[in-house]
Amino acid sequence: MSLAILRKQDFKDFVNHLLLLYRIGGPVQKNGGFAFETIQDPEELRLDYPTTILPPKKFLFPVKDTLFEFEDARNGKMKLPELEPPTVIFGVHACDLHAIQLLDHVFSTGQIDSNYVNRRRQTMIVSIECLTPCDTNSFCKSMGTLTADEGYDLHLVDMGDAYAVDVSTEAGQELMKNARSVPGSITDINRLNAVLSEKWPRFPYRLDFDISDLPSLLNMSMKSPLWNELGERCLACAACTNVCPTCFCFDVRDEMDLNLSSGRRVRTWDSCQLDEFANVAGGHNFRKSRALRQRHRFMRKGRYILEAHNYLGCVGCGRCARACLVDITPVGVFNELFRQKELGGGHS
Amino acid sequence: MIGNYGQNITSLATHIAAGDQLFEPVPARIVKVVPHTALEKVFTIELPDGLSLAHRPGQFVEVSILGIGEAPISISSSPSRSNGTFELCVRKAGDVTNAIHHLKAGSFIGIRGPFGRGFPIEKFRGKDMLFAPGGLGLAPLRSLINQVLDERAMFGRVLILYGARNPSEMLFKDELGRWANRADIELLTTVDKGDENWKGNVGVITTLFRQISINPRNTVAVTCGPPVMYRFVLMEFFGKGISEGNIYLSLERRMKCGVGKCGHCQINNVYACQSGPVFPYSEIKGLEEAL
Repeated sequence: MSLAILRKQDFKDFVNHLLLLYRIGGPVQKNGGFAFETIQDPEELRLDYPTTILPPKKFLFPVKDTLFEFEDARNGKMKLPELEPPTVIFGVHACDLHAIQLLDHVFSTGQIDSNYVNRRRQTMIVSIECLTPCDTNSFCKSMGTLTADEGYDLHLVDMGDAYAVDVSTEAGQELMKNARSVPGSITDINRLNAVLSEKWPRFPYRLDFDISDLPSLLNMSMKSPLWNELGERCLACAACTNVCPTCFCFDVRDEMDLNLSSGRRVRTWDSCQLDEFANVAGGHNFRKSRALRQRHRFMRKGRYILEAHNYLGCVGCGRCARACLVDITPVGVFNELFRQKELGGGHS
Repeated sequence: MIGNYGQNITSLATHIAAGDQLFEPVPARIVKVVPHTALEKVFTIELPDGLSLAHRPGQFVEVSILGIGEAPISISSSPSRSNGTFELCVRKAGDVTNAIHHLKAGSFIGIRGPFGRGFPIEKFRGKDMLFAPGGLGLAPLRSLINQVLDERAMFGRVLILYGARNPSEMLFKDELGRWANRADIELLTTVDKGDENWKGNVGVITTLFRQISINPRNTVAVTCGPPVMYRFVLMEFFGKGISEGNIYLSLERRMKCGVGKCGHCQINNVYACQSGPVFPYSEIKGLEEAL
């Protein structure tokens, strides 16, 4: 919509003003790393963070989300939980913006998931441009997620002494009323373009093939021997899916309070990597082996979600690669499948 | 849509979609409980005034007890006999179904649904119908069987091959008896293992196929049963010459949400709760992990 320039010396005042109006989340330093947390003080925000263990997904789709509450299990009266206050999430990277767009699509199409959508409607996103790779595990450039043209209300680009702010939505304009900013000039736009184009060579391509070939590569790799190798290594700990910004599978269960009368139905993050995920009542498990579960995970990321929702299920953030104890990584898996295909392994 | 609609009756699905309550069940009253076996009871359920389930044969509902949880259960009554109520045949298999088994007539139970794709009964009209349910698989197929029987003149032959593990595990015995006495139904039953009173066939369900002959070009075959059964029954259908597109299966998965989100019922790129649980074989034969 428009470009504004916000001097860094005015950034704290901006956040302080917003703190009076909204719940503010963003990356903070924690236990030697960084995590998305709710903040009380602008000093906590670390917009220069490389990456976080958990993605900002947790603000929109919490680990445990109350679907409804009940006072008395016997009378059957239910009420929707109260929503958190309107929230602004600062410091979202482009990969996570792409992931949030996928989540938005999943929960707002077909049968609309009001628990997600209501929370999303009152969440504003202030993203920040990645100017250097967060580490060697990320592969956003290969996945086409190094930048995002939409999905944010405000987008910041660090220009040294100031942030260039792309005001993308009306909600973003509303936020900017709390900032001392000036409209971007032609000089600012030229400087911004220089910063944005200079960043590209800093990011390496890490996949050995073009991302548009990933779905067909996976399609012909259903019977690859690689899945068994992964199955032998995988510990089925579900760390990969727990840290993933696009994983949205969940379990639904009831919690009773100690009075054995009131309680709530909650959904909690679940994982296709856990043994019992595809169990049915009679005890049959449709993905009993770790090999099948790893295959399901990678097929979901590169193919199934694309087929169902028209978005790739992987945004190249590298979180699963960092979390995996046995070094199973999307880059390693996709490149190995590509190598097998190039060798003409004939496993299709 | 099939079903008994009054002028002022809203379908449950419309009711839920209109509100902000995708996961909130509607409290429904249990009007009758009939034990069928040691593990299975059939519950007749009535929705609140003004609501109708408006289901298709083959669809399922999410059944819940607040504080215990929710479980997907197939609807075993036909829309043609809904009369404001519907029936669920519930096997005691986990926390939720155990708790449901303790409920008596007059109790309330939570219902969401109906979910999924049922049987395309319009396509079946004019055809011979071959049903091959195994064990609890009779529960979802009974919905279709009774719909077919209530529109009997629109169909050709009706053959039902039912297999159970032993006589004490046979479901809907009274109904089986009535079907056996009807001249326009060919019913064969078998048990894997008989007892002292059992005079009928002994052997797995596939052994019944030797006793029938069909016109493969005009037959729709439908099966549902324990996961291990499908491959063997499919071989029998193929052996009879039935085409892939005329074979329908109802697949079991543990749907946690019923609305294509939670991932538990996913078969490759297909959410069984949305695209299924009923599939023509031609649609799933390429899906790994489907059977």
